[in-house]
Amino acid sequence: MVEIDGMKMVQTRAILSYIAGKHNLYGKDLKERALIDMYVGGTDDLMGFIMRFPFLSAEDKEKECAHIIQKATSRYFPAYEKVLKDHGQAFLVGNRLSWADVHLLEAILMVEEKSSDVLSEFPRLQAFKANISSIPAIKKFLEPGSQRKPVPDDKYVETVRKVLWMY
Amino acid sequence: MGVCAYNPKKSFLLELGKTLQICISFLSQHRLCGVTGSSHVISCYPAEMRQKNQELRSMSEKPRLIYFNGRGRMESVRWLLAAARVEFEEIFLDTREQYVKLIKDGSLMFQQVPLVEIDGMKMVQTRAILSYIAGKYNLYGKDLKERAFIDMYVEGITDLMHMILMFPFSPPEAKEKNLALITERATHRYFPVFEKALKQHGQDFLVGNQVSWADIQLMEVILAVEEKTPAVLSAFPQLQAFKTRMSNMPAIKKFLQPGSPRKPPPDDHYVSTVLKVLAEE
Repeated sequence: MVEIDGMKMVQTRAILSYIAGKHNLYGKDLKERALIDMYVGGTDDLMGFIMRFPFLSAEDKEKECAHIIQKATSRYFPAYEKVLKDHGQAFLVGNRLSWADVHLLEAILMVEEKSSDVLSEFPRLQAFKANISSIPAIKKFLEPGSQRKPVPDDKYVETVRKVLWMY
Repeated sequence: MGVCAYNPKKSFLLELGKTLQICISFLSQHRLCGVTGSSHVISCYPAEMRQKNQELRSMSEKPRLIYFNGRGRMESVRWLLAAARVEFEEIFLDTREQYVKLIKDGSLMFQQVPLVEIDGMKMVQTRAILSYIAGKYNLYGKDLKERAFIDMYVEGITDLMHMILMFPFSPPEAKEKNLALITERATHRYFPVFEKALKQHGQDFLVGNQVSWADIQLMEVILAVEEKTPAVLSAFPQLQAFKTRMSNMPAIKKFLQPGSPRKPPPDDHYVSTVLKVLAEE
């Protein structure tokens, strides 16, 4: 839940859309917004696997880890590599930073935490990662002491289960 | 010929306009020229070609939906286009070969359907598709804050809709439990929110006193849950009135009649087609 501008907002996608719209990260028109929404949909699906991962049993985890890498390298990363290759620009949409770029960087870093060489076949994504990471605000967020949260551990999982009665 | 006559007493421009009209009407009656409606350009070529161009234009303007012949994730798109009075075409996936070809052609960004060809884009990701349609046809509120509320409501409804969508694919032994869960979530988590929203502002629609994507989506999910639990709205008078109002809106009324693009509830044939085409367990 995010309290913002007098609203108590729920639903992650609604919250993100609002922030993107408010802070000029949602493209310049309906068509750019459509592309951003499409791209975010993909990274959201990929990050969904990773988000559910800590809550799996030990034996399911190994299989799922391989599944995540497989999906990332055969379905998602090729799609974004192609987008960047086709227009040759530094950002996914409209030649400037948008929600889609931030979301993709987050997804890349999360998958890399599972397999560090996952970008080896994707030169443009490697360049993309370096480029977006060097944007001052993002660079700052990636440094220690920022509000970025660490990889989920057992304590995190236990807390979520306890609070939501999720057993 | 004496067709292009004019009265010298009237203003020149007015008469010029009239003259043009008369000439055009003469020429088009004799199938020599046509005025293409939206661009007000006189184009002079044979009537057959004019007709074909008009067809092509209207064909290229019509969105094209590529999906299985059933509800699934595409049904919400059908609802929204119908409510916006947008005619569309559909291509139904019956075979794995069709699906593989779509992937090979590069039509499916993430190798998944729904796919909607609209305004020169091959759009995937249901939510992106729906957002685009809502934005284009004025069903997305008037500003960022109204959009935020529409998004919140739609996301909640989508969570409930997802349970209904997945239901036919759950194993037989889990079906009874899943059905109970759908009814429980609808009655205790989702419907109360919309009942409260309608009660609080007393307006006919969820957001901004005009019909939006959120209303269409809510209408769709109410009917879907009612198909499983007919009396599910019994404790929700606002939603009952909402359902009646929405049903009477001309575009929706038409969509709810036989012969519309609305698809029936999923049956075994639908389930087996999906599994076959996607080759998933």
